[in-house]
Amino acid sequence: MIRHLLSGADLDAATATQILDTAAEMATVAGREVKKLPALRGRTVVNLFYEDSTRTRISFEAAAKRLSADVINFSAKGSSVAKGESLKDTALTLQAMGADAVVVRHPASGAPHRLANWVAGSVVNAGDGTHEHPTQALLDAYTMRSRLGRLAGLHVAIVGDVLHSRVARSNVLLLSTLGAKVTLVGPPTLIPVDISPALAPGTDVSYDLDAVLPNVDVVMMLRVQRERMNDSYFPSAREYARRYGLDGPRMGRLPEHAIVMHPGPMNRGMEITPEVADSPRSTIVEQVANGVSVRMAVLYLLLGGNNR
Amino acid sequence: MAYPPAAQSSPPRQPSVKVILAAADVSRVVDRIAHQILEKTQGAADTVLLGIPTRGAPLAKRLAARISTFEDVTVPVGVLDITLYRDDLRRHATRAVGPTELPPGGIDGKRVILVDDVLFSGRTVRAALDALNDVGRPASVQLAVLVDRGHRELPIRADYVGKNIPTALAESVKVTLAETDGADEVKLYGGSPS
Repeated sequence: MIRHLLSGADLDAATATQILDTAAEMATVAGREVKKLPALRGRTVVNLFYEDSTRTRISFEAAAKRLSADVINFSAKGSSVAKGESLKDTALTLQAMGADAVVVRHPASGAPHRLANWVAGSVVNAGDGTHEHPTQALLDAYTMRSRLGRLAGLHVAIVGDVLHSRVARSNVLLLSTLGAKVTLVGPPTLIPVDISPALAPGTDVSYDLDAVLPNVDVVMMLRVQRERMNDSYFPSAREYARRYGLDGPRMGRLPEHAIVMHPGPMNRGMEITPEVADSPRSTIVEQVANGVSVRMAVLYLLLGGNNR
Repeated sequence: MAYPPAAQSSPPRQPSVKVILAAADVSRVVDRIAHQILEKTQGAADTVLLGIPTRGAPLAKRLAARISTFEDVTVPVGVLDITLYRDDLRRHATRAVGPTELPPGGIDGKRVILVDDVLFSGRTVRAALDALNDVGRPASVQLAVLVDRGHRELPIRADYVGKNIPTALAESVKVTLAETDGADEVKLYGGSPS
């Protein structure tokens, strides 16, 4: 069993499938009167968040609490980080407090990898810079599997700002491990040129959303990161929405069974119209609910046994 | 390359194996437990059978099938996975979690009969009682086991016992069932050759 979850590439097909199967069992807890399991009683999980986050942090917190772990939330604002404490010193502090797992989000790509060398417990990457976000990829895979019944052989289009997207990177790695085919779609400026050979062989790139849509089972829209909109990756928001936004007519080009996903937070009217986001084909709310189950599975598999 | 012949110092110690119940015995024992359940529960009214994985689950199904043959009542059957409630989770590598399937009517207010293959230390049953507590509130809980081999470490006893097998701690009892292992059999493996 793995000790840390830092990258979508850490998981082989068997481990990833085990996490998804365990998540399916964890999901049944959400429907019970007592939404709690004793599996991680007495273990401490630290949420170390150097970047803003709503759903990921709350989701990890809910997951740890449902497994009866003690949760310590740490956000950079209002802590000694504001006084200039380094990541390493913060890590050693957490270590001294006996953290069994550290869930870390950091604006710098690779920060969780460094952290993994400094602490004795497990490290879970909850998003590092523009690098990876493996639990998001797991919950996306879980959502696809529960909606479409399988992952092997699925064709998934990941659309939008691939260049800056940690969600896209982790998804490409995990989905190709699990036998799905990925096509990255976006303006040429937002797709790294070397992405397909570097990430996973067999991943396609297209600059034409309309041509891709009729052949996919899943279309995953990525958030256009507004903070980067002035960097002239594309001429204007309206032009982007016209060419790469998912609206009602575009959704009509999808096969009957295809689903629409978005990791959130959404820019309604930009990469996705409200009509699409609120349609029955959209799994956006489901993804959030599945996030808790998948993170419970990850925490259980990392901390549940004696894996040292 | 051929392996060198093994040194002929002492003959290999074969652990003794004894068949306690053959296939026909297993089915007779299941029949008897089914009858006892009917007798003790006034015709299995408001009763739910919950099997504890791995081999309690098929046993619970068999009991329900026999009960419906004998008295024409349908007893709801479910599966109760206890992995996350075990007291030895930390001592092993992470265990895979199995499915828990409750019958559609639930277990609230019902008489729940837990079904397992071997009753030994009682720790599995303790975990099952904890798990049960989190999924509902049964009116009462009973325990049915195919084999009771003794050596309890907790104050737990079975209401229905297929066969009591006096064992030494070093011995082990292995139940195989057609559904999970291909054939019905209960075997006792000796700890020391006699």
